[in-house]
Amino acid sequence: MKISNSAHSYKSKRFFRVLLARKTVILCLIILAAMAFFAIFARFIAPYDPYKQDLNNTLQTISRDHLLGTDAMGRDTFSRIIYGTRISFSVGLASVLIAGTIGMVLGVTAGVVGGIVDTIIMRLMDAMMSIPLIVLAIFLGGILGKGLPNVMLAVGISAAPSFARLTRGQVLTLRESDYVTASTICGSSRFRTTVKHIIPNCISPNIVLMTMNLGGAILAEANLSFLGLGINPPLPSWGGMVADGNAFLRMIPVMAVAPGLFILLMVLCFNIVGDAVRDALDPRLRGSL
Amino acid sequence: MSEKTLLEIKNLFVEYKVEDAVVRAVNGLSLSLDYGEAMGLVGETGAGKTTTALSIMKLLPERIGEVTSGSLHLDGVNILNCSEDQIRKMQGNVVSMIFQDPMTSLNPVMTVGDQILEVLKIHRSELSRQELDRAVDDMMELVGIPSYRKEEYPHQFSGGMKQRIVIAIALACEPKLILADEPTTALDVTIQAQMLSLINDLKKRLNTAMVLITHDLGVVAQTCDSVAVMYAGEIIESGRVQEIFSGKYWHPYTKGLFGAIPKLDEDSKRLETIDGLMPDPTEEIEGCRFASRCKLASDECRRLQTMHEVEPGHFIRCRLFESVGERDGEK
Amino acid sequence: MKNKLMQMILHRIGHSLIVLVLVTLLVFLVMQAVPGDPIKIFLGPSATQEQIDHYTKLFGYDKPVLVQYGRWVLNLFHGQMGRSVLMQREVSEFIFEKMAITLTVVLPAFVLAVIIGTTLGVIAALHRGKAVDSLVSTLANIGMATPLFWMGILLILLLTIKLGILPVQGYVPPWVNFGKSVQRLIMPVIICSLTPTAVFTRQTRSAMLEVIRQDYVRTARAKGVSRKDIILKHQLRNALIPIITVMGLQLGMMVGTTIIIESLFVIPGLGSTMITAIRSKDFMVVQNVVLVISVFIIFCNLIVDLLYGVIDPRIRDR
Repeated sequence: MKISNSAHSYKSKRFFRVLLARKTVILCLIILAAMAFFAIFARFIAPYDPYKQDLNNTLQTISRDHLLGTDAMGRDTFSRIIYGTRISFSVGLASVLIAGTIGMVLGVTAGVVGGIVDTIIMRLMDAMMSIPLIVLAIFLGGILGKGLPNVMLAVGISAAPSFARLTRGQVLTLRESDYVTASTICGSSRFRTTVKHIIPNCISPNIVLMTMNLGGAILAEANLSFLGLGINPPLPSWGGMVADGNAFLRMIPVMAVAPGLFILLMVLCFNIVGDAVRDALDPRLRGSL
Repeated sequence: MSEKTLLEIKNLFVEYKVEDAVVRAVNGLSLSLDYGEAMGLVGETGAGKTTTALSIMKLLPERIGEVTSGSLHLDGVNILNCSEDQIRKMQGNVVSMIFQDPMTSLNPVMTVGDQILEVLKIHRSELSRQELDRAVDDMMELVGIPSYRKEEYPHQFSGGMKQRIVIAIALACEPKLILADEPTTALDVTIQAQMLSLINDLKKRLNTAMVLITHDLGVVAQTCDSVAVMYAGEIIESGRVQEIFSGKYWHPYTKGLFGAIPKLDEDSKRLETIDGLMPDPTEEIEGCRFASRCKLASDECRRLQTMHEVEPGHFIRCRLFESVGERDGEK
Repeated sequence: MKNKLMQMILHRIGHSLIVLVLVTLLVFLVMQAVPGDPIKIFLGPSATQEQIDHYTKLFGYDKPVLVQYGRWVLNLFHGQMGRSVLMQREVSEFIFEKMAITLTVVLPAFVLAVIIGTTLGVIAALHRGKAVDSLVSTLANIGMATPLFWMGILLILLLTIKLGILPVQGYVPPWVNFGKSVQRLIMPVIICSLTPTAVFTRQTRSAMLEVIRQDYVRTARAKGVSRKDIILKHQLRNALIPIITVMGLQLGMMVGTTIIIESLFVIPGLGSTMITAIRSKDFMVVQNVVLVISVFIIFCNLIVDLLYGVIDPRIRDR
């Protein structure tokens, strides 16, 4: 389906108008932009090296030198939070991309090939979806082992079934649509139809679902890292930092409270923006996503 | 207001606030209805007929629709000044409403018997459980549905049957006034006639007054004693059915309405239509609201138009009938 | 009429069984791919090859994977789930107690979430666009974005460290000492109810807004039904239909989230068991925990189906 240029610009104008209609959404976008700025320019913003241990200054509470105190190894909590933004962003984006890619490949395959392949793939997705996301991520995380790429993979695979389901549904509707029928009648091969017509039309709803899953993916990583099944130390993961702080809760509560607050803030902003993107791009998806 | 008057509306204005616009749905409507009288309220879609009915029921959509001025007396009670409790005692009891679409008017998760029972329980709380049950059975039989079906749910009934249940709910407490808002438009043509004769029959038996909202003049001729023609939120003509259907005096709009009915006895090739659309309800208009579509309009139509009594009980809001009114007055 | 509902439920059970077999098979296969031998981990580095072989044979780990899986399924019919290498006990001996412990957190949390969530959702819907609505919606958004472990830490900070009202950790089953149990369950239950409360609030709000516009609500108002009865009998009952699906889903999810809560509050439930088992590659335990969680979730879905039949008469005849 080709959309003429003017229609396209109208569509994108409408998208931004609806997306930015609410002040909350704008605020969230600003916060996320600031966090992205932190992540990119962490080296210039963080007052200390996040990995540098300072055994003379361990377990400091809030002070002028250390805005959010230091941990058991004397590392500056504020600097570690700034660097942690990188971890959260990259895990969030990567796992959502992994989930979307796996889901789209499986969904398109199931929808286009059909038959027994469809049954097997979708039953498998049913099976995965019948396990709560956290349990699945913990299970896969436990099996794959710790470390940044493994966490991305564990969270990404766990979230993939909903993408597969969405894509398959999309493919089935598209296959029934007149223009796909028309292109088949005109002698276009199944492969060509899939590449030219079906896949491009599956992307937009998947992007919506990706945006909506970003917050959840970040939260899943935080959970894994809190349980000690996630990011390997000394990488500063917010979830892991809360776990570290938990041991010294009575002495310096800020060590556990501060990183958690950042998780909340980032996930909240992503969730609100995700909902807004869905409403702006395709309000019909409201029920199905 | 005489002893016989059941409903008296004076100079009613109703507005809807939609986003940033104000829609003036009813503009200075006045009408009165006697006990037991059946009035047809006719006019095209958007004329404010349903809004008028909802104002009488006090069911205007909350926070959107509002009566801005005027008075509304029903059975001697000033509806507009009533508390919510007082209104609730009247809704379904003194006045009830039959809605347009029976398919969606019934609660899908309640048995039809319970839905009839509910209104009886509220307004006939003095009755015992057995008496209430008997009243539900009677009501169902009255509208032609065997009472053993009262344990069934709305989805188990056809559209016509659902409308019968809606009518049973509306009439259960023998109200003094029924507002029937196009009760047959959503039904099959064959069912429409049945439904009208049922309503007619019950109305006579219970001696209930009725406002029948419709755009079907044929239906009005069959069922009503009087007619009020609504246009752009006001009544432009009213009178007894015989006089209006005689066609001796017609408001140009009414004339247009009658012109749009196919006649079997005349050999006309094409139906007459009224050109143009109703004025934008968000704009304020002085003078005759129909002037923009009226072939007989002149500059004089721009000033405020009043009702002229062209024959006893027959009123027309058009300057063309000024002289008719005066002449009759002099007699 | 009833038969159709039964038919639908039987169909669902059949479908669930297929899913169940797939889930367990999947877990079984994936567990085999894990590096690390549970026997070696259990016996420690000083174990001789003979010892390892002996135990491997004893646990049946020398057989092909599918044979192992088949044996596990067959044994299930005899009420045996396999042996835990780590605990040297038959899994069925302790797993149900673990489940019961987890449910002492999940079930009260679920009830709490249902009550608070639906109430807040109704309130927000009735005051749509007003300050109350924005407040409730904001709270729900925050509730869905809050990391549960962090929420737990905040509660511990407030209730245990600052105010000293509640003991911090440890678990006492209610069937041992009810008073002490309740004391220790308050915080876990609150945290466990956080996400579902937020989800139910949002769901109830949107379902109510959908229902408020319906014609039958206007019919009810035209009958003179009181505000309270309109909300309860006409709006909420219809709104419940979509809400119930979400409730069933969430109840299953909550069993998952207790993993985090159990780890924070040191509760010896299903979640802690799973974490320990994953860390020590105790296949049989992981396998059976997943089985129990899946069965529980299928059970939740069945209840949802039955409730549908009770609430929505249209489904009974379909």
